[in-house]
Amino acid sequence: MKNVHEQEPVIQTGTWVEIEQMVLKPEERAQTLPDDTKLVPYMLRVSGFLLETARLGQEVRIRTIIGRELQGTLRTVNPSYSHSFGATVPELLTIGTEVEQ
Amino acid sequence: MSRRDMSYAAVMARKNEIMKASLGIDYDDFIQSPIAFDYDRMMRETGYTMDDMVRIQSETKVGNTPLFELRNLTEAVRKISEPGKGALILVKDEAANASGSFKARRASISAYEAFKKGYKGMIAATSGNYGAAVASQAAQRGLKCIIVQEVFDSRGVGQPEIVEKGRACEAYGAEVLKLSVGPELFYMLLRTLEETGFFNSSLYTPFGIRGIETLGAEIAAQVRARYGKAPDAVAITHAGGGNLTGTARGLLAAGCEQTRIVACSVDLSGLHMASDHDFNRKSFTTGHTGFGVPFATWPDRTDVPRNAARSLRYMDEYQLVTQGEVFYVTELLTKLEGLERGPAGNTSLTAAVTLARQMDRDQIVVVQETEYTGAGKHHNSQLSFARQNGIEVRRGDPKDNVPGKTIVIPQHLEQVWGKVQDMDKLRLSYLKNAAKTHPVAQWNENDYAFLAADLKKDVAWVKQHAPDLSN
Ligand SMILES: Cc1ncc(COP(=O)(O)O)c(C=O)c1O
Repeated sequence: MKNVHEQEPVIQTGTWVEIEQMVLKPEERAQTLPDDTKLVPYMLRVSGFLLETARLGQEVRIRTIIGRELQGTLRTVNPSYSHSFGATVPELLTIGTEVEQ
Repeated sequence: MSRRDMSYAAVMARKNEIMKASLGIDYDDFIQSPIAFDYDRMMRETGYTMDDMVRIQSETKVGNTPLFELRNLTEAVRKISEPGKGALILVKDEAANASGSFKARRASISAYEAFKKGYKGMIAATSGNYGAAVASQAAQRGLKCIIVQEVFDSRGVGQPEIVEKGRACEAYGAEVLKLSVGPELFYMLLRTLEETGFFNSSLYTPFGIRGIETLGAEIAAQVRARYGKAPDAVAITHAGGGNLTGTARGLLAAGCEQTRIVACSVDLSGLHMASDHDFNRKSFTTGHTGFGVPFATWPDRTDVPRNAARSLRYMDEYQLVTQGEVFYVTELLTKLEGLERGPAGNTSLTAAVTLARQMDRDQIVVVQETEYTGAGKHHNSQLSFARQNGIEVRRGDPKDNVPGKTIVIPQHLEQVWGKVQDMDKLRLSYLKNAAKTHPVAQWNENDYAFLAADLKKDVAWVKQHAPDLSN
């Protein structure tokens, strides 16, 4: 695993990043879960400013936007949003041009 | 700080002490038995009058939203209705609140309370709009904000609307704890409350629900001023039940005793809410039966000891609509009325279409909210995502909708019919849940009176329908 980290570029302190934490292993989770959910761990992701230079995949500390210090695996640099309006759904296009007729 | 046991069981066992410290309400003061509590006194003792709430909300860009006539949609409904039928449809444009939904009303009194009591910040566990509302209100009151949100499945994929709601929380300056699918959201909330000492701005506190009362009061005043009478029916999108409870209480406070309170949810029966696989097979993230039915039939399943949102206390009818019907009506709202709005308000709008069709022309049905739309929330983005996830999308008869498999968008307005839920079935299911919490043999007169009020029925009805002890 150490080798993988060394191939990753070094991320500078202060960079906006996202970390990931395993909050609960599958066997630590709530008792009453559907079968599919039972099999997977309970995961957390959160963004903040990196508090130490590190490479992706390393354990790091961050300071969140409200100033809390949290710890986790460095996952993404400059986390961003790419949700959109989606690919055009042709079934919607003519609605409202039909009803008045 | 001493090292505390952070395991699931240990944190859940500390639930009561964490709640007490983070809410500033001692629920023990109101609790009378495992089921009964003094609901009216709990609501009263929040200490805010309607005027206080209006003033507090006006400080943070909440309330006084426009009420619009949907003339073209009303006309379209009249064309397909029997002669004399086709009520006027009005919509309350709640998207005009700071953060873009009625949830700002719910967050505003909480934020004021947290500020007044000297908390440094607020925390809420929520699927979305409420998070944005809390973040926006906290920002305006100079409080820190943490939102605990269920965002992605085990593949790391987030429903686009959920992702958008999380983005909005961050935009308003909140720290967002993004979690994978599971009911352990509550565990995470407790942990975070304990770590920070912040205020628990739960969706279900008396402050949250009372903040919505101004919405009902505004509707009453606006409809009366313009039409000289109270609205005949108000259609309300229903999930956890706060929207309905608060609005109905506001209407009642304004004297609208005759107004029909109609709940409405998107029918997602068959999909499991805690299932990692089903998480991204829903095209609606709230206002659906996955929350609506369990919360109506047992409100006390939340992150507070007793829930201030108790929808069966106020509900007269419960309409179900399909995902396809809502998408169809959303597109009509856009094309006929020139309003692009988000999913939750369009759910009750869909119910209003079917109600209007059955009501007289001189009657008025109010859709009590809109919410903002945009990337992720937009119906095109939902349908496109559904298609990507292997869900069939087509035009046809909405009766062929199968949640998680097929979304059928109506071909004509005539096909928008929804479906009525049997209220007594919901009430019986509530009583069954009450019996699980507290054995029927131990119910006393006070319990019966509480249950009757909670079900909008009389004590005789509850006694007659109390679950049989023998099975
Ligand atoms: C915009 C909007 N409308 C309606 C609802 C439903 O409200 P409630 O959960 O109080 O029933 C929600 C919440 O989930 C919402 O965000």
